[in-house]
Amino acid sequence: MKKSIRMKAAAAAIAVAGALGMVHEAAAQANEIFVPVLVYRTGAYAPNGVPWADGFVDYLKLVNERDGGVNGIKIAFEECETGYATDRGVECYERLKSKKPVAVNPLSTGITFALTEKVAADKIVLMTTGYGRSESADGSVFAWNFPLLGTYWSAADMLVQHVAKKGSLKGKKIALVYHDSPYGKEPIKVLEEHAKKHGFNFIKLPVTHPGVEQKATWLQIRQQRPDYVFLWGWGVMNSTSIKEAIAVSYPRLQMYGVWWSSAEPDVLPAEAAAKGYNGITLGHSSEKGLPVHKDMLKHLYDKGKGTSAKKEEVGSVLYNRGMLSALLLVEGIKVAQGKYGKRVVTGEEVRWGVENLNIDAAKIKALGVEGMMQPVKTSCRDHEGVRKGRIHTWDGTAWSYTSEWLEADNKFLRPMVEAQAKAYAAEKKITPRDCSKEK
Amino acid sequence: MIYRETGQYKTTYEADQQLLPILQDRLFMLIVLFVAFFVVPLTASEYLFRAILVPFLILTLAAIGLNILVGFCGQVSLGTGGFMAVGAYAAYNLVIRVPDLNLLVVFLLAGLAATVVGILFGLPSLRIKGFYLAVATLAAQFFLDWAFARIGWFTNYAPSGSVTAPALTIFGYTFQSPVEKYLLVLGIVVVFTLVARNLTRGAIGRSWMAMRDMDVAAEVIGIRPLYAKVTAFAVSSFFVGLAGALWAFVYLGAWEPLAFDVNRSFQLLFMVIIGGLGSILGSFLGAAFIVILPLVLNQLPGWLGIDMSTALISHIEFMIFGALIVFFLIVEPHGLARLWAIGKEKLRLWPFPH
Repeated sequence: MKKSIRMKAAAAAIAVAGALGMVHEAAAQANEIFVPVLVYRTGAYAPNGVPWADGFVDYLKLVNERDGGVNGIKIAFEECETGYATDRGVECYERLKSKKPVAVNPLSTGITFALTEKVAADKIVLMTTGYGRSESADGSVFAWNFPLLGTYWSAADMLVQHVAKKGSLKGKKIALVYHDSPYGKEPIKVLEEHAKKHGFNFIKLPVTHPGVEQKATWLQIRQQRPDYVFLWGWGVMNSTSIKEAIAVSYPRLQMYGVWWSSAEPDVLPAEAAAKGYNGITLGHSSEKGLPVHKDMLKHLYDKGKGTSAKKEEVGSVLYNRGMLSALLLVEGIKVAQGKYGKRVVTGEEVRWGVENLNIDAAKIKALGVEGMMQPVKTSCRDHEGVRKGRIHTWDGTAWSYTSEWLEADNKFLRPMVEAQAKAYAAEKKITPRDCSKEK
Repeated sequence: MIYRETGQYKTTYEADQQLLPILQDRLFMLIVLFVAFFVVPLTASEYLFRAILVPFLILTLAAIGLNILVGFCGQVSLGTGGFMAVGAYAAYNLVIRVPDLNLLVVFLLAGLAATVVGILFGLPSLRIKGFYLAVATLAAQFFLDWAFARIGWFTNYAPSGSVTAPALTIFGYTFQSPVEKYLLVLGIVVVFTLVARNLTRGAIGRSWMAMRDMDVAAEVIGIRPLYAKVTAFAVSSFFVGLAGALWAFVYLGAWEPLAFDVNRSFQLLFMVIIGGLGSILGSFLGAAFIVILPLVLNQLPGWLGIDMSTALISHIEFMIFGALIVFFLIVEPHGLARLWAIGKEKLRLWPFPH
């Protein structure tokens, strides 16, 4: 008996040792483009991490199934669980780096900060669609970072513009309830500048990770009665905030979430009571039934190849966001292939591709995402591409748009972006590229 | 048969008092060092260096620090993450405010900064013991977390609160590749392991252990509790602070206070308990267990060719890892270091156990 256990243990040990040896050989095949997918399907941020990951992976699958890859080159991908933890994210990046990825989407501002220097050395594109560090919109310094479709600074600017339309902000109070992490702190600088400009009173209310304990925060809101509350939360923090707002009877109509705080998992736990809660969108909301969604159902879900367990998730806010992140990456690869040839492109070539994106209205329609994306045009100078959004409001069962298109004021933001990027360049001794010489 | 000290006569006090009195142990240690310094750098992959060896070594250093406090002196601390943060932010501030300082000096000063903070938070240990001290150090953890997140000066007013480390340049040489970083960390860890080993063997280490075993009796035989406890906090915090600076500068490169939150403190405490309280070797074993095992568990299905969803792998990782912790604590409450010692005892009798 004892002997057999020993034998089994030895066999297991040999199996493990053999597996360790195999790691190096498991590199991506030569005729595929590899994309690592850093996700979190467990932990406090899973309710929001899961739909994003499903959308991202589904789009890559769709490109492989429907189009046979990008210009005939299939996309290989592998998921790695980060749990939203920076050190685990760095480990995932290192793990998947050996497969020669072209671009990485970390889905965490903290991981973005940790990877910013590494990707430049490893020549891998760092795509942060709608998140990441705001100053990386300046591509002359941050050559490898792409905060496409809008940064947190753009989001904060649009929100202030929107509430300013409702009446002068002079002497009013705006509170920011934020996740106490690099992500939540991003908008503070812009809001402080706006407070000076518009003369409103800016209250900062941090919430500690993971954000399930917010009683004290909302007590302060009850005391101070701010005219507007901006919510910069993620995961369980969002739904907790909305529930706490209900508990102190703060009007949801005066609450505005950033695009990461205004998806279905945030409002559904509060059910009908969340009615009236607003969010700034990242150009899209929970559009369903567009050609791309129909393709998704036809090519993946009807064949049982879909990533999500529930068909209904297709077209939810965060699913759409994950899908658009993958779409922008695929478009970047296409542009790179247009210049360098229809083959397996490298990270450097994809970087050029993403920097020279030009997705106009006709292209958006052709991609089947009409109405979910505004035309995107990137350049060496501008890695953001577009900074437009609308306000959408939760009516108790669905999101609907309640404002005109807003556009972030680049005249106001650009000097701040450049100053911050310049400071980073000085600290890291980076010589900014001369954008007039880039082709 | 192989591992037996028969015939090894010690004719001087030096020979009797050396770190590894048995010839076979010395040979074994030499082989380990040779492998670590020469074989591994030539053979290991970049992933192994960056994602496994470097974090393992740095957390080992922190675990040694915590072990000095918890294992040798018996003072339970839950503030280790906070003291690591002190080291990291002290190093960061030294680099940006005193630009021409040698990085090795920066690391040592970061350790000293943590020492000062550690002594400050260690003083209550003279009055409070056991669980109460654990709570007091937990308060230190939360206070330090709060300070680094809220006081802008520490992060040089970075808008997002995330700061980045500079290039690792020492004496004009930049440690850039994973191998170089590994060797840098390995060098530091080896030196400080030796320091810790000798400290714990000497008079000061004995006073810590006396304090741990029974403080009243220790006082009676002339050990000053103030001196013993405060030195334990000081030395421990120095190691932990140094490890924090390395964690931030060498491993993460960019970090926010969340990298040093209370979970880090628990992680280190687990390392020390599972590895073996009061054992330097235990710190290495515990760090290996906590750092490497989850990564292996996470990647095992992939290596074996089993197709599993990411979420399922993650859940299984947590379950197996938790079960193993419980298993080891039941089978060997004195930690992995004790298992190692038992193995050595058995080896002495092998192959003729009577």
